[in-house]
Amino acid sequence: MGVVHGQEMVLNIGPQHPATHGVLRLQVKTDGEVISEITPYLGYLHRCFEKHCENVTYEQVIPFTDRCDYLASMTMNFGYVVAVEKLMDIKVNDRVQHIRVIMAELQRIASHLLATGVFGLDLGAFTPFLHMLRDRERIIDLFEMTCGARLLYNYMWVGGLSHDLPKGFVEATLNFLDYFEPKIDEFENLLGHNKIFVERTADIGIMPAEVAINFGVTGPNLRASGIKWDLRKDDPYSIYDKFDFDIPVGQGIKGTIGDSWDRFYVRLQEIRESVKIVRQAIDQLPKDGDVHQSMPKKIRPPKGSIYSRTESPRGDLGYYIESDGSDTPSRLKMRSPAFTALGVLDEIAGGWLMSDVLAILGSLDIVLGEIDR
Amino acid sequence: MTVDYIFDFLTGLLGGFLGSDYLLLASMLIPCLAIFGFITVYALIVIYAELKVSSFIQDKVGPMGQGVGLHAGKWGLLQPVADALKLLLKEDIIPSSADRPLFILAPFMIFIGAFISFVAIPFGESIIVADLNIGLFYILGVGSIAVLSLILAGWASNNKWSLYGGMRSAAQIVSYEIPAGLSLIVVIMLAGTLNLQDIIKYQEGGIFNWIIFDNPFVPIAFVVYFISALAEVNRTPFDLPESESELVAGFATEYSGMRYAFFFLSEYANMFVVSAVAAAGFLGGWQSPFAGFMSTPAWGVFWMISKTGFLIFVMIWLRWTLPRLRVDQLMNVCWKVFLPLALINIFGVAIWTVVFNS
Repeated sequence: MGVVHGQEMVLNIGPQHPATHGVLRLQVKTDGEVISEITPYLGYLHRCFEKHCENVTYEQVIPFTDRCDYLASMTMNFGYVVAVEKLMDIKVNDRVQHIRVIMAELQRIASHLLATGVFGLDLGAFTPFLHMLRDRERIIDLFEMTCGARLLYNYMWVGGLSHDLPKGFVEATLNFLDYFEPKIDEFENLLGHNKIFVERTADIGIMPAEVAINFGVTGPNLRASGIKWDLRKDDPYSIYDKFDFDIPVGQGIKGTIGDSWDRFYVRLQEIRESVKIVRQAIDQLPKDGDVHQSMPKKIRPPKGSIYSRTESPRGDLGYYIESDGSDTPSRLKMRSPAFTALGVLDEIAGGWLMSDVLAILGSLDIVLGEIDR
Repeated sequence: MTVDYIFDFLTGLLGGFLGSDYLLLASMLIPCLAIFGFITVYALIVIYAELKVSSFIQDKVGPMGQGVGLHAGKWGLLQPVADALKLLLKEDIIPSSADRPLFILAPFMIFIGAFISFVAIPFGESIIVADLNIGLFYILGVGSIAVLSLILAGWASNNKWSLYGGMRSAAQIVSYEIPAGLSLIVVIMLAGTLNLQDIIKYQEGGIFNWIIFDNPFVPIAFVVYFISALAEVNRTPFDLPESESELVAGFATEYSGMRYAFFFLSEYANMFVVSAVAAAGFLGGWQSPFAGFMSTPAWGVFWMISKTGFLIFVMIWLRWTLPRLRVDQLMNVCWKVFLPLALINIFGVAIWTVVFNS
């Protein structure tokens, strides 16, 4: 690209910048439009959640997990309760499992809709973003119907759920899916096959498989690099082994495997797969079963520790919990998939133009709440 | 020319009371005020249109007043007025590290560029402020003042984002003026004049006499001109100088209140100018599409405004549909596609004229 070299300029992108998806500061070295070195600075949204968790009971940790990845609170809850249940060896009944899967997959759809929409917005396409938000809104309505909250649900509890499904939820969800499925094709055509969009994303920000693995990148970003790795299949938790779905991987349709377009496309394909899972889960949903049945009166896990990982919309979300036998965790650590995704930014975006760097950042789908915690 | 008409009129009316110097000054000021009024009203209308059209495209309702009080009027009609008022009342911030005189000068300069272009735009057979014999050339020339002011704004703000915006706009506008100008040469070749009124008169006699239907090369020239014009007025997909998701607001980052409003106003005014040139040069200007039908002067104004309005609508439509190009792709499109295409058009039209029209 740039052959003429001038003086380098240090530029701060953020913390208040429309394309940094929260309060992230990128310190970049620029030579005209070409960016040679990117250093992300974190901590603008650090709320000491992990430290807080050491001082509250196990139930009270759940709202903190909501606030980490605020775009996928359900899956954050899910990961945590799965970890505590493993630690305490609690088996929850089938109805709870199914409801959890329905919620997690709806959340995945909502999160991916926002991710792809904002990615379009980063490239200047305003309309697809609003169309996607419109449909995300309907998922949030479903959540509101279930637990009253629209963003931070505190819905999944250790050993159960806060509420059973409300009346009419199943019909409303099926209605939504019927409405939504054709819209996915619409999004694909509106954004994915737009000539300018392809020009801006194909062959840009290529993340080779080795780089992705070396940096510990997971989730759709890893799958876009062509590696079929999804904890729902490879290390099944809950009842994911009961469902039939595919793991979409990047194929380099418009460019090279692992480019920004692939990351976008993998997310879109995952939305389709999530729709499939939700449909199956609703079909198999047991009619009876108390959602509070296996909830312990007092959550006091035995002395010991556990590392449990689940697949959040952003990737491999891990919880490490150290229990000393009391009713508060003595240490709780989250493994954030967005953090590793941000770590790879300099590797894959260095040397590209300014516009590309922000496009690549958008394609990685980071959420600062989860990175800083 | 209009100034002469007004001067004669005023002399007849007030000749006994005021000296001719004053009257000449007045007869110059009146058209200026008229243009200023026109730009303001037009900007309010097109801002409203932009809000509503974008809302229809994006599946939302847009400004919707409930018809009470000063909220936003019926159907949100008062929204642009409220926007303008807000900008007027906002605090005017000049950064302490900015180059003060240049910072203040930049918004005026961009507006002057847009403003004086209106002088040569024909709205009807006799409704034109100055019927210059180099009208087209003049508009292209003064249109370039915009780039100067954008660089000025970018430099004077003493902000890195503004600098990026200013540099991008310089590269972009200077490059795209070339295909735009070359496409208009096709019009000049066919009409044989640079005078916009004569170009429009050349297209007399119904829709098939419009220059765009003259021969198969002209529609290509029209498309090249229109897309280049989009780039010249910094509209999506070529809004790189102010690309909000990359450069915050580009050259306008540090501007607030009325100074920002001037950039805004000029953008819309420039949209009108380039659309009006396209309408006059390719689409028959104030000529009716039906020969000898609906062709009174009043209809002339209607045709001119509606043709221009349609092109502005297309610009709004594109803005809310397309993503943005990257800066090097922008340059590639200009130099590797549009420029050769424009040159081929000139040869094509020349050969076509010699072979078929002589």
